[in-house]
Amino acid sequence: MKTNLQTKFIPILITFLLLIGLFAFGSFKYTGFFSLQNFLNLLIDNAFLLITAVGMTFVLITGGIDISIGAVIAFVCMLSADLLQKGWNAAVVMVLMLVIGCAFGTGMGILITKFKMQPFIVTLAGMFLARGLCYVVSIDTIIIDNPVYVAISQSRVPIGSGFISWSVVIALVVLAAAYYILHFSKFGRTVYAIGGNEQSARLMGLPVDSTKILVYTLNGFCSALAGLVFSFYMLSGYGLHTVGLEMDAIAAAVIGGTLLTGGVGYVIGTLLGVLTQGAIQTLIMFEGTLSSWWTKIVVAALLCLFILIQRVFTLVKAKKAR
Amino acid sequence: MKSENTLLTMKNICKYFTGVKALVNVDFTLREGEIHALMGENGAGKSTLIKVLTGVEKLDEGEIHLLGQHVLPKSTHEAQSIGISTVYQEVNLCSNLSVAENIFIGREPMKFGRIDWKTMHKRARTALEKLNVDIDVSQTLDSYSVAIQQMVAIARAVDVDAKVLILDEPTSSLDEKEVEKLFEIMTKLKNEGIGIVFVTHFLDQVYAVCDRITVLRNGEFVGEYEIKDLPKVKLVAKMIGKDYEELNASIKGSDSQDDEAHSNKEVFLEAKQLGKKNEIEPYDVIVYKGEVLGLAGLLGSGRTEMAKLLFGAEKPDTGELCLEGSKKNIITPLQAIKNEIAYCPENRKIDGIIPDLSVRENIILALQSKRGWMKYIKRSEQEKIANDYIKLLSIKTSSAEKMVKELSGGNQQKVILARWLLTQPKLLILDEPTRGIDIGTKTEIQRLVIELANKGMSVIFISSELDEMLRTCSRMVVLRDRVKIAELTGDKLETNVIMNTIAGGN
Repeated sequence: MKTNLQTKFIPILITFLLLIGLFAFGSFKYTGFFSLQNFLNLLIDNAFLLITAVGMTFVLITGGIDISIGAVIAFVCMLSADLLQKGWNAAVVMVLMLVIGCAFGTGMGILITKFKMQPFIVTLAGMFLARGLCYVVSIDTIIIDNPVYVAISQSRVPIGSGFISWSVVIALVVLAAAYYILHFSKFGRTVYAIGGNEQSARLMGLPVDSTKILVYTLNGFCSALAGLVFSFYMLSGYGLHTVGLEMDAIAAAVIGGTLLTGGVGYVIGTLLGVLTQGAIQTLIMFEGTLSSWWTKIVVAALLCLFILIQRVFTLVKAKKAR
Repeated sequence: MKSENTLLTMKNICKYFTGVKALVNVDFTLREGEIHALMGENGAGKSTLIKVLTGVEKLDEGEIHLLGQHVLPKSTHEAQSIGISTVYQEVNLCSNLSVAENIFIGREPMKFGRIDWKTMHKRARTALEKLNVDIDVSQTLDSYSVAIQQMVAIARAVDVDAKVLILDEPTSSLDEKEVEKLFEIMTKLKNEGIGIVFVTHFLDQVYAVCDRITVLRNGEFVGEYEIKDLPKVKLVAKMIGKDYEELNASIKGSDSQDDEAHSNKEVFLEAKQLGKKNEIEPYDVIVYKGEVLGLAGLLGSGRTEMAKLLFGAEKPDTGELCLEGSKKNIITPLQAIKNEIAYCPENRKIDGIIPDLSVRENIILALQSKRGWMKYIKRSEQEKIANDYIKLLSIKTSSAEKMVKELSGGNQQKVILARWLLTQPKLLILDEPTRGIDIGTKTEIQRLVIELANKGMSVIFISSELDEMLRTCSRMVVLRDRVKIAELTGDKLETNVIMNTIAGGN
């Protein structure tokens, strides 16, 4: 039991130590880095990424992928900005966005499962569709000045001497719910089983198709929710928002120990992955002299490192089993 | 038939696949507390019959009765819920999940709307204890051997309150001890009243545990027999529809070289103290021209490792290799191919065929790499070669352009054989060339091997089936625990001697 726990969680542990290391480094080097608020800002700035990365983790565990989420988030921002400008009720807009997100995910899920199409291609089409629809709404930036949105955007939830935004609360609730679903529900365990071996899962009598469709629906919901949170954050809609965000989400999951081949992954790891990326970004900001693109370069190096670590673990395990 | 203890009856089962008759009027009855062997060659319809019974395929005609009730399972899930469970050849579980989960997934014990892990672990332990398996059920499945995984699969199958347990070739990846343990469990389950359908290619196993046999051939029902009424020879005859004596005589033929014959033969390959750490201890071996050398030993004894060193698929760290008298450095397969050595690997699915390429492309592969990738072989030449070998080895395919994955196991094996024969090797290494192939094709391959040797080719033949080795090999190297322990020739080539050598006696 003990050895099992250790090997299973070593990738997460490494990410965790790395995060602490990054913080220690920053605190040591830059004045003002070591503060509760600086840490909470990480959550505030990355709440939308966390939400969508959690959804992505589900998809990755089944062995699938969804590259449409960045575009879906942009579309949600764009359409809600447009509808709010036309005087729609804020609550109605929010619900509508979530419904659209779910429907979008379900549609792609059905194509992937029932027609046995590659998730990459289906969601690539989804990405183009959502991105294209952004420009159908408008080619310009639309400012959101709806009082409800502005109020949510500006309100603060005090934590000790610091504060977080409502978006962070939403993100943490999503995280907790995802953890519960993955580890304590039949649906969650079926997600793992599908990623482990889809054919076996089918032969064991598990509802493979409906579970997969539901996973893409869930991911659609998460990206719509992330879109809402992003619109609180930006208070605007623009067709070029969150370009490439899907890759950040995938990177966060992988740094957090999720295998792209499916079957293995933890949402807690995804949280750590998101925070790690955020911490790197903050460090580079504090440095001041480096361009923000250095974040990408560091993340690239980390990704390579983590994939390598995972590979080594699988190889060691395979050797042990022999 | 007495109806009192009849558990399952399948009557007049028919199943058609786009014009092909897979099953025609097949009957099958299973009693409570019996082990019933379902026998037949590949393509006889065993798998289809099982698929129909477990709801994977829908039957076109016929009726299934379970305990007198008319049933028609539409999915594996439904079959399970009425008490028909299956354990497949390749362990069909999820290796990333824990042992307990693999037993209970889909019907996890719940408490307050959440999975009750504690109860699940406890029940998993009890279920495995019944099968005399004592392991940590919270570990992931892939930390255990295939044998244990198979036990877990059985535990799952039995735990759903199975009345009918189908074991589809459960022994093909187990060693002898593990098989024995499996038999113990089967007998135990049988005594509890479960009806077991046992599908296997190993005839000895049928006679070790089964009560009755149903034989299928070409999708048709041949007969149902009490085990004592059907000796092995007759069973084989029923399965292949040929006389066993005729079959046996056809391959034995002229090949019975004795000891002296070797002294006249030229040496093709000589390995001196060739070895690799953790793979195989250093060994000496000589392969003569025109002989079939067998590598005998249990699974994992080092047979494959030995062959891989000769082919350069593994890099040796001690010793040297001489070909036809001159020292050669072979550390990559390409070097081996250039030195006229060919190797058909053990696992044709993983190491051998490329399933999505056509028969032609698969056949041409090794020749192409021998000639070099820049020298393109003309399409017309490719087609001619492919068609020649399809005819020569009687590969059953509708055309050379058919994808290899659509062929049956035996024919896939022949495609790989064709691929290597085409390079006209001087030494052909065959690692388990007949695994999972029906008896008819097995015999054909064995005959082919002997023919090749008679034409002067050296062959190294690896097989788990001693019968087959005895029939084809003129000399045998015996391995145990990754060490070469003996070389047998002449009258020592006899079942008892070999068994004893493998087991460690004299």
